[in-house]
Amino acid sequence: MTYLAKPKLHHPKLPTNALGYTRRDYEGAISTLCAGCGHDSISAAIIQACFELDLPPHRIAKLSGIGCSSKTPTYFLGNSHGFNSVHGRMPSVLTGANLANRDLIYLGVSGDGDSASIGLGQFAHVMRRGVNMTYIVENNGVYGLTKGQFSATSDKGSKSKRGVVNADEAIDLAALAMQLGATYVARSFSGDKAQLVPLIKGALLHPGAALLDVISPCVAFNNHTGSTKSYDYVREHNEAVNYLDVITLHKEITTEYSPGELQEVRQHDGSILRLRKLHEGYDASDRIAAMNFLQESKAEGEIATGLLFVEEDPADLHAASNTVATPLNALETADLVPGAGALAKINAGLR
Amino acid sequence: MQPTNVSSPDYFHKVVDCQWACPAHTPVPEYIRLIAAGRYSDAYLINWESNVFPGILGRTCDRPCEPACRRGRVEEANNASPEPVAICRLKRVAADLKDDIRDRLPKPARQKNGKRIACVGAGPASLTVARDLLPLGYHVVIYDGDARAGGMIRTQIPRFRLPESVIDEEVGYVLNLGAEFRAGTRVDSLKSLLAENYDAVFVGSGAPRGRDLDIPGRREAAANIHIGIDWLSSVSFGHIEKIGKRVIVLGGGNTAMDCCRSSRRLGGDDVKVIVRSGFDEMKASPWEKEDAQHEGIPIINFHVPKAFTHENGKLTGMTFEVVEAKYDANGKRSLVPSGQPDVHVECDDVLIAIGQENAFPWIERDIGLDFDKWGMPVVDKTTFQSTQAKVFFGGDAAFGPKNIIWAVAHGHDAAISIDKFCQAEDVAVRPPPMMNLLSQKMGIHEWSYDNAITADSRYKVPLKDVSIALKSIKVEVELGFDAKLGFKEAQRCLNCDVQTVFTAKQCIECDACVDICPMDCITFTEDGEEADVRKRLTAPALNLTQDLYISGGLKTGRIMAKDEDVCLHCGLCAERCPTGAWDMQKSFIEMTHAGCGKHKPLPLAAE
Ligand SMILES: Cc1cc2nc3c(=O)[nH]c(=O)nc-3n(C[C@H](O)[C@H](O)[C@H](O)COP(=O)(O)OP(=O)(O)OC[C@H]3O[C@@H](n4cnc5c(N)ncnc54)[C@H](O)[C@@H]3O)c2cc1C
Ligand SMILES: Cc1ncc(C[n+]2csc(CCOP(=O)(O)OP(=O)(O)O)c2C)c(N)n1
Ligand code: SF4
Ligand code: SF4
Ligand code: SF4
Ligand SMILES: [Mg+2]
Repeated sequence: MTYLAKPKLHHPKLPTNALGYTRRDYEGAISTLCAGCGHDSISAAIIQACFELDLPPHRIAKLSGIGCSSKTPTYFLGNSHGFNSVHGRMPSVLTGANLANRDLIYLGVSGDGDSASIGLGQFAHVMRRGVNMTYIVENNGVYGLTKGQFSATSDKGSKSKRGVVNADEAIDLAALAMQLGATYVARSFSGDKAQLVPLIKGALLHPGAALLDVISPCVAFNNHTGSTKSYDYVREHNEAVNYLDVITLHKEITTEYSPGELQEVRQHDGSILRLRKLHEGYDASDRIAAMNFLQESKAEGEIATGLLFVEEDPADLHAASNTVATPLNALETADLVPGAGALAKINAGLR
Repeated sequence: MQPTNVSSPDYFHKVVDCQWACPAHTPVPEYIRLIAAGRYSDAYLINWESNVFPGILGRTCDRPCEPACRRGRVEEANNASPEPVAICRLKRVAADLKDDIRDRLPKPARQKNGKRIACVGAGPASLTVARDLLPLGYHVVIYDGDARAGGMIRTQIPRFRLPESVIDEEVGYVLNLGAEFRAGTRVDSLKSLLAENYDAVFVGSGAPRGRDLDIPGRREAAANIHIGIDWLSSVSFGHIEKIGKRVIVLGGGNTAMDCCRSSRRLGGDDVKVIVRSGFDEMKASPWEKEDAQHEGIPIINFHVPKAFTHENGKLTGMTFEVVEAKYDANGKRSLVPSGQPDVHVECDDVLIAIGQENAFPWIERDIGLDFDKWGMPVVDKTTFQSTQAKVFFGGDAAFGPKNIIWAVAHGHDAAISIDKFCQAEDVAVRPPPMMNLLSQKMGIHEWSYDNAITADSRYKVPLKDVSIALKSIKVEVELGFDAKLGFKEAQRCLNCDVQTVFTAKQCIECDACVDICPMDCITFTEDGEEADVRKRLTAPALNLTQDLYISGGLKTGRIMAKDEDVCLHCGLCAERCPTGAWDMQKSFIEMTHAGCGKHKPLPLAAE
């Protein structure tokens, strides 16, 4: 925990983006999490991603549940909208907000306890409904805020700080999201920003339900030997399937790759997700293969990371529900109260 | 890249930009913190130990530390006018607000060591030699042609910049250590001085000759044409109290600035500085030019003097050729005629301040002391020894005119050499500086220094109202910071001596320090060649004068690279580090002075 506010001074050569903002303009209040917490690195990655994508801060809404992870929206995007909801209920609040105003960019931030324990039901439904959002689970395998109890993503057989062995099967949120129809599913590690930042950017640009399961070591309660969510363990077992480069419309393509090495996904806003394959034959557009791959790599004791699955042409909840495109707060009385004549017409159609 | 060897005293010394740039390596941040704490006497003594003349330097120093100060770089793009810490004027705060510190100064040596040293000249260089050698038991005899000690500090620097009382006080501290001062005694022959069986001789005779300007009319109008430094010393001694109403000062250095400002106080209403070069290339420090302009003195540039004009043997003015700067392909500048007609400027007096020269008419050329083709003695740059083993040089006499702080620095080094020489030790073997690292950690996020960073811009030193200041040559123009302003200015210092010290084996590579650092100083990356690594950092390290702190030994095989350039020394990296891999440690670098280890350091008030 730091008491000194981060000085406003910045590096004299700090670059600005297309909106004239520096990366520092996307920061929030000073973090009160434990020093070394992986969650803080994820906050930094979100800041970097939003800066690089030139996102206007006031067009972003941050929603979260309860937990150390769910506290983090205070520590980034200080000029964006935010709502810190109830434990495990972020998905429904996000869904409601999204239904009311689809013009904002929705960023759901949650923890493994928040999403896989108390909030598992909400998690499942927000995925299967295909809400257009970036859902980040800051996964440390424990309830950090309540002092380190195993959460539902803790691997079977892993040890708590006090030496207790976890007997329960772990929930793999990435696998679950894939099964439930999420259209962008990635896994990453808080200690690898080179991988994480592009994955967040890709998710923010993805017009459907995007889940990022980010392993994020808890230095206070889950960074010991015997843990499978420690810095050391994750570094040793991390198997990246691919490396993502997000190419927005303005960005020039500079690197050349030999054919077969690359997989490109064109998004409907014109941006391109360019995947450099690290794992031979890995096809991120094949949902079933991806699900199988996840199970296999887990059986081998590996942690598969990267962009695991992406659907090129996703549909979202609004498309399915045929909702009005105008945000509800922008609808005029005339739109909302069409009058007796309109009602009479509808009634006539039902006769 | 090679991991940084932080135990070499120079590495962390270089991080303290101001101290590294100070010729005498004054521990600047240490004294600034003491000022902030209201411990003015302690701040003074730290200065006194390193630079001998804190009160004098706090008003007059050429301040090479300030352009080097990190605060100036840090404020770039963060402040409309980025400025260094007012290091020099804070020194004056310590001198002005201290208590009587005489009891805390060394006493004259009780036991003499039997060695006799002669110093020629009583300027800052000689006085420093005396200060360093007297407490060790040397008998030091100081000769000066002038009646009072101080050298050009006393004879050249006008009183409105430096009151005489300050000179008396600080020169007195040195003489009171038991020096034998032979006032009014000019040395006319080094040969005969050497014959007096001194164990060593230090030549601190300065650069006493002002350059003349040999152009038409010089002889005819001589009565109203004066050599700047001669004129200034006559003013100092009270021999000259008036000058004509219209004055031209020739030259662009600090002497010219003192000449024009003095003229304004002695009856010159219409005083102009006229220089050959462009305004920006003038030798005078920016603040001296500013001070002159503040007193209503125009500075006219690109005018080359052609002739003095006169009528009936009386000066009437000067003609100038107007030139402009042309740059060749290599960027070398030359002044070429602009084609404009020559300009005539009327005046009553001219002061020539176009440079100073050394002159050693009193040193015989057959005593084994070699001179080079420019008439300068051959002097070793480290030991300050001449080719006559017993004779050492320092200050302006050694390598030409510089300034007080360089004279002091030379004096310290020469004193080390003289001590070694007299003790039959090898003068070429120089004692390394001492470096001491001390953790500043008091609690989880508590440090024994004030690590909060103020956004304040540099504070201006309050000045006497111009109308009063111009009435007398003795009224000091600058009022100095009071305690309150001094505190505020002191808070701008970044404590660059509180070093970020990294221990790789403790690091778990969590990135917390990288994320929190407000200045993007820290990167964990693949190893490579320096030029390549510099480009790959969180913020590219483009300032090549600043080192990268490199550490290997990380679990992932990467390196930690910290660019020292704009680090705020805020300690956030260390506060954020879960394992204590970063620690904030104060480096205290003490330059060794003569006889180091043979006498106790000055006592500071209890911490
Ligand atoms: C007008 C002017 C303004 C200046 N302002 C500043 C300033 O603001 N800040 C700054 O840092 N520097 C300033 N300087 C430069 C500074 O004064 C000198 O660099 C410094 O004093 C040099 O010190 P020194 O000990 O080498 O010799 P000096 O100070 O020159 O002292 C030499 C002494 O030796 C004596 N001497 C010479 N020959 C003999 C002999 N044969 N026998 C006996 N005695 C002898 C001289 O009388 C003199 O007292 C200024 C210089 C001038 C000319
Ligand atoms: C309804 C409800 N039940 C229980 C809690 C207590 N509680 C607070 S945070 C938390 C777990 C948070 O775990 P996770 O989402 O993994 O967040 P972390 O702190 O690990 O980042 C629990 C159980 C609560 N706040 N509200
Ligand atoms: S900020 Fe302070 S310590 Fe750093 S260079 Fe400037 S004066 Fe020296
Ligand atoms: S002290 Fe640490 S956090 Fe502060 S600027 Fe320097 S490297 Fe960055
Ligand atoms: S905060 Fe400490 S442990 Fe973490 S990367 Fe920095 S130095 Fe290493
Ligand atoms: Mg958790």
